[in-house]
Amino acid sequence: MTWLLRRVASAVVTFLLATTLVFFLMRITPGDPLARLSEDRPMPPEAIADLRARYDLNSPLTSQFTHFLGGILGGNLGASIAQGGRSVNSLIAERLPATLLLGGTALLLNFTFGIWLGVWQARHRGSRADHWLSVLSLAVYATPSFWLGLVLTWLLGVELRLLPTGFMHDPLLPATANAWVRFTDLLRHLLLPAITLSLATIGATARYQRAAMIDALELGCVRTARTKGLSERAVIWRHAWRNALGPMLALFGLWLPLLVAGSVFVEAIFSWPGLGTLAWEAIGTRDYPVIMGAAILVSALVVAGSLIADLLHRLLDPRLGA
Amino acid sequence: MNLVWGTWRVVWRDRGGRAGALILATLIVIASIAPSFLPNPRAMPDLGRASLQPPGPGHWLGTDRDNRDVLSRVVHGARVSLAVAAGAVALSVTVGALIGMLAGYAGGWVDTLLMRLVDSAMAVPRLFLLLIMVAIMERIPLPVLIVVLGVTGWFGTSRLVRAEVQRLRTLDFVRAAEALGANRRRIALRHLLPNVVGPLAAATTLAVGDVILLEAGLSFLGLGVQPPTPSWGGMILEAQPYLATAPWTSLAPGIAVVLTVLAVNLVGEALHQGYITGSA
Repeated sequence: MTWLLRRVASAVVTFLLATTLVFFLMRITPGDPLARLSEDRPMPPEAIADLRARYDLNSPLTSQFTHFLGGILGGNLGASIAQGGRSVNSLIAERLPATLLLGGTALLLNFTFGIWLGVWQARHRGSRADHWLSVLSLAVYATPSFWLGLVLTWLLGVELRLLPTGFMHDPLLPATANAWVRFTDLLRHLLLPAITLSLATIGATARYQRAAMIDALELGCVRTARTKGLSERAVIWRHAWRNALGPMLALFGLWLPLLVAGSVFVEAIFSWPGLGTLAWEAIGTRDYPVIMGAAILVSALVVAGSLIADLLHRLLDPRLGA
Repeated sequence: MNLVWGTWRVVWRDRGGRAGALILATLIVIASIAPSFLPNPRAMPDLGRASLQPPGPGHWLGTDRDNRDVLSRVVHGARVSLAVAAGAVALSVTVGALIGMLAGYAGGWVDTLLMRLVDSAMAVPRLFLLLIMVAIMERIPLPVLIVVLGVTGWFGTSRLVRAEVQRLRTLDFVRAAEALGANRRRIALRHLLPNVVGPLAAATTLAVGDVILLEAGLSFLGLGVQPPTPSWGGMILEAQPYLATAPWTSLAPGIAVVLTVLAVNLVGEALHQGYITGSA
């Protein structure tokens, strides 16, 4: 119990420090946050002064910071500059479901195929197939997601016309279409971005799983299970794989930031209306409160993800004492 | 010199490492000598002719929307990508090794403080750290890009070095040196550093691959290498509208990224395996 309390407290401290880092990084880099607004149309000095006051850019840095931190703790991420002062909270809330759907699907694909591939490779280690699969996972890991997305769009969407290449829904879908039609339409639109997002990390998941599984296959309990005459399936999944689960949980914490960063590119390529596209648009307009809001939300996700991974590890492995 | 030779032997012994090293050497040779006989990518040849020419005898990889030679731009992009990666990783590894050494050797509150900071910096995905730093800059010159990529890349390295130093400092040879009255600087430089070189070399190599990918990503977002300087990410960005009509314009730089990062990671993987199994 004290372990749990200490772990949660440390997660909170990490998150607060990360927020502080985000704030000061943003402010020490040269450049005026409002420069973009007055770039195309000259603004009267009073209007600029008014805006500076509204975005709290005049007060000293420390008071700006306490103001900002107070906002974060109260769950308020500030106001967008490019979108006429709309709150960052509502902008993010609007886009979150799409991102969770895409990211969740990608994680599911990633762990399903990655674990299966890794276990298969461990069982056939040293074989020609194992060797080439290892090279292939390194190659996929070396592929930028935005380029992979473009190539898949070109091959599967444009040349073969198998799948839609953008947006979440077919704009020509009649308003009267039933739930099933809507669901399959969403699924078809989800497929390409989810494959693009998960491919890079499937290879890496498989690598970790392969290494963990090779160690697990050497364990005494696995040999015992074999000598007891259990089926190969039971030996692999019930006895060996359970022992190879720990490192996979740690991966969960590692993949979360990669998936979120990847979604900036993948969502933009496929016009998926999620957080990634929001961040992409914010980059284009240099809308820094939105970029900061996204970064803070993402770091909260990362901290929470690694906390959950630790808790699960503790729960699943009796040796650590729950 | 011994260290360099040892590292090289570890790479060469591994089949993947050998392949990676050969690909990488070829790339570096091409990047350094080819520009002397390839057409200048900044010049705009054949303005009278149609742009987006398919690959053929005059232009082996075709031309882009401004009718510039794609092969020549990919090769010049390699120079930029490799130089940026080398600079950024040199910076991040130096900072990471220093901080890791300090935290691991000093221990106590210095260690706690530094590692707390590293933990929180690692909670923000590196792409977002980079976006925050470059998003409001008006111009992003190459040296700034290198520094920005360098200062966001040392967190993992510092953790690795710290762990190694903590392991080493309890060993007999370090104890012996301390008992003989060697000062901290001497112990750090003569006893600890040479023993972290192996894992550090593996991490450094893998970091080069990461930085090449990140730089390509930033350039694709328009926040990295600025045109007209050719960069692989920037070329893919420019080629995006012509994917179906002129696929070579985006296939060429994309394959260049994949091949380079794959080669770097094969070498890194060989080093990692070599030093983990302790056969080095």
